[in-house]
Amino acid sequence: MSLGPMTPTTAPKSQKTKKAQEPPQRQLELIAPPPAEAEAAPQAASTADPGSAPEPKRRATAEQMAQKQREISISEFFTKNRHLLGFDNPSKALLTAVKEAVDNSLDACEEAGILPDVRVEVHELPGGHYRVAVEDNGPGIVKAQIPKVFGKLLYGSKFHRLKQSRGQQGIGISAAVMYGQLTTGKASVVVSKTGKGRPAHHFEIQLDTRKNAPVVLRDEEVELEKDHGTRVEIEMVADYLHGQRSLLRYLEQTALANPHAALTYVRPNAEPLVFPRASNEPPKEAVEIKPHPHGVELGALMLMLSESRAREVGAFLQQEFSRISSKAADEICAAAKIPRTRRPASLDRAQAAALHSAIAAAKLMAPPLSCLSPIGDELVRKGLINFLSVTEAERAADEAEDGSPAPEAPAPMEKEEGATAGEERIKGHTFFIATVTRPPKVYRGNPFQVEVGLAYGGDWPADRSIELYRFANRVPLLFQRSACGMTEAVVKTDWRNYLLSQPKGALPVGPMVLFVHIASVWVPFTSESKEAVAHYPEILKEIQLAAQECGRKLAAHIRKRQHADYEAKRRSIFELYIQELSRSLHLISGKPEERIKKKLLELAKGFTGGEEEEEGGPKRSDDEAGAPAPAPKKKAPAEAEEED
Amino acid sequence: MDATAKKTTQKLVKLADAVIGQTNAGKNPALAVPTRTLANVRFNEKKRIIELGGDTQKRLFFNVGQAKKFMQTFLVGAACKELIAEGKTTSIRDLYYLTKHTLGETKQNTFEEQEESDPIIEDLEVTVDALREELHLFASNKGNLVGEITLVDSGDTIDARRMGSGGWGVPSIVEADVIQFKRHEAKFVLLVEKDAVFRRLNEDRFWKKHHCILIHGGGQPPRGVRRLVNRLHEELGLPVYVLVDNDPWGFYIYSVVKQGSINLAYESMRMAVPKARFVGLSSFDKAKFELPDNVTIKMTDDDERRGKQMLAYPWFQKKQWQKELTQMLKSGIKLEIEALSSMGISFITEEYLPRKLRDGDWLE
Repeated sequence: MSLGPMTPTTAPKSQKTKKAQEPPQRQLELIAPPPAEAEAAPQAASTADPGSAPEPKRRATAEQMAQKQREISISEFFTKNRHLLGFDNPSKALLTAVKEAVDNSLDACEEAGILPDVRVEVHELPGGHYRVAVEDNGPGIVKAQIPKVFGKLLYGSKFHRLKQSRGQQGIGISAAVMYGQLTTGKASVVVSKTGKGRPAHHFEIQLDTRKNAPVVLRDEEVELEKDHGTRVEIEMVADYLHGQRSLLRYLEQTALANPHAALTYVRPNAEPLVFPRASNEPPKEAVEIKPHPHGVELGALMLMLSESRAREVGAFLQQEFSRISSKAADEICAAAKIPRTRRPASLDRAQAAALHSAIAAAKLMAPPLSCLSPIGDELVRKGLINFLSVTEAERAADEAEDGSPAPEAPAPMEKEEGATAGEERIKGHTFFIATVTRPPKVYRGNPFQVEVGLAYGGDWPADRSIELYRFANRVPLLFQRSACGMTEAVVKTDWRNYLLSQPKGALPVGPMVLFVHIASVWVPFTSESKEAVAHYPEILKEIQLAAQECGRKLAAHIRKRQHADYEAKRRSIFELYIQELSRSLHLISGKPEERIKKKLLELAKGFTGGEEEEEGGPKRSDDEAGAPAPAPKKKAPAEAEEED
Repeated sequence: MDATAKKTTQKLVKLADAVIGQTNAGKNPALAVPTRTLANVRFNEKKRIIELGGDTQKRLFFNVGQAKKFMQTFLVGAACKELIAEGKTTSIRDLYYLTKHTLGETKQNTFEEQEESDPIIEDLEVTVDALREELHLFASNKGNLVGEITLVDSGDTIDARRMGSGGWGVPSIVEADVIQFKRHEAKFVLLVEKDAVFRRLNEDRFWKKHHCILIHGGGQPPRGVRRLVNRLHEELGLPVYVLVDNDPWGFYIYSVVKQGSINLAYESMRMAVPKARFVGLSSFDKAKFELPDNVTIKMTDDDERRGKQMLAYPWFQKKQWQKELTQMLKSGIKLEIEALSSMGISFITEEYLPRKLRDGDWLE
């Protein structure tokens, strides 16, 4: 089998199906949910079959046509439909390749219980080529699996289980390898080491697109300094110039949603960007669960029935699903009028349908929630602070482009002076941060959990729409914002209740970043490129509830802020009048003007709620007169006036 | 510096010292300003004048709503102290400009308009218990006088019988050190509401024929006119007659001349003429003098509200006054003095006033 660069126009020879030898793949094809594949396949087949002459007369017989009909391998299909995987164009390809590799690294670290340390490199090569490298400190991959993981589409550990993870299908990284191969003809390099003292393996891998099988060009043992980890290098045609914005956004937001991860980004023509770890607390491990019966569809149920190793329907229900007790199984069988001892595979379609409706009607406990691993309010908060520290420093560096020294390395976790509850001083700006984690809920039998956080203030423009950052299982969603259910939920929330202006049917306006995260064992994306979440009412409602809760906190903050501004204004009025009053008092009494003024200014601080809260007005005399940093006021003005 | 000036200066200094003392004690500086509202005046039935009550309003410096007024009070105080020290007297309008300047780097001024500074002056007067003239301030001149009297104004002898058509301008300060009465043949004082009626009466030489002193105050008479009328009444024993429009505002002018005003209740003692007599126009004069219907004016909502307010004032409780006001409100019309001209241009001098005075047809 020759392995030259595969292009979509290469006419593939017909070949024998390999289904039988590859059970995992077979199973995939049977239940694989990607509707895109199912629907697009015939279309792809027809485009692969160009028509000939325009006359309306019969051109081919069924037999002749049958010769051209053959199986399409998944790799070939995606070669032609690369946009389905996020490789639409050279700028997006760069992001997708990084994203797939980083998602895998984070998932692997999480599963292994390692605090991730991920390094992303983008190197510019001649001729519009880029080398993308992603290196982690993960558990590594055993030698035998490396070629399959990187050189075979739809090969992975995450698809078959109900557990919250970033990747779901096992397409991503091998698609990136395939894309690199298609655009440069070069193999990708993978180096992985699984533990201290063990050798690191260096692979050069390509993809046989017709067979959907990996081809190993080189396999050798090398020395690697770190104890364990994986590095993948893919050379590809890319457009860094246009892709850098979204790549940067992806990495920033990934750091935001993964405060337990440290991220380093080595980029062309700029200083490396470092997102330090914001928390040493690894995420709670998500537990794998069985599907909840309320989420199962009839076709899927029939498939499960036919494949189950259980000998009786009753046992089948208890074994294959979560939350079905023996009693519940009896009740379901009774309702479906199926003896519980029937062999599962012997049910026909009508009986399966009866069973399906009986399941839907049964009262069952909600699915176990241990499969979820939300970030948690406190870590969302830390993530936001970390995020702001890096992005604000980056922004400051951008603004001070010419000549001025590079910003000091971000030191995120130290809390700067002068901030109060809910507020953070970050890089000289004050931000208000509120976070909410909702209790887990269920849609179609799938547990999910919503988290919302917001950062408000700084010197962000007050007259623009807020920034909405969407995340699904800690992965930032960067595209198709308007098609996403998360956006809809935010737009439908009435932010005017929370003192933000909001044009009709649009995001609110204000200096704010809104973070929305949905964690679920199965996030319902609208497409395989995983860019938008489907509009499930249960999910939308949860997002709205969380947004409202955050909104209430925000409104309280804005009111407080307004009050502080009012106090500052008050004080400036007093300061003006104090000039006049002390002069007049001096003219009348002959007493020194400066002393009168100093006393009055001291008093002013107390009566306008200066820096400290004291009862009965100011007593401190060591205050510097006229240091007017507006500070939130603790004492109502009326009380101050009652004094004396 | 004379004794009055010294005393006034001391009062100002005391006020400033009190504020400095409060400031040093860490207290919110406060002024006790006697309240100049209806609620804080009472009608002294015995003296038949309006007197200021004991209520004071606390004016705090550290209060957004009061800070500016507080500051302004001392701005005016400082200016007055300077005037007294230099022995100069100035108009309240002058004082407004004297004390007006921009605040710091803002677009705000200490005073935006004179309407702001005038009440502050009155506040200061009551707060330090000093009269306006003691603060070396006067209002702009308003009001004129003619009649059978010779007086001295700042050393100049004025023969009020030879004042031409305009009359002698009554100054704002008419205290004995400024104005002295020399000689007079007048039997009474006639105070009219407005200049136009004054001109008519002067042209007809009403004051000569009836031996009186004729004064107008240009609407609500200013302090100078009221104080002068008070002095003519008290010192020369001349009865005072008041001729005003038949509307609530005219009635109120009479009332102020007679028993003082709410705003200047603290000056009633020196200004009110409790025995002043009202010679019209009465609400019953239209019928009495058979005036035509077309000279009446319909009362406005404002007029009606004011009339009803006055019905409740303690000093309008006399039966005749209740009758007058009730009749006016009932008819819903008002009459200007000039309406009498519909009966002939000199009807007022030849017919109306002589008849009123002859018949004793007045109200007290």
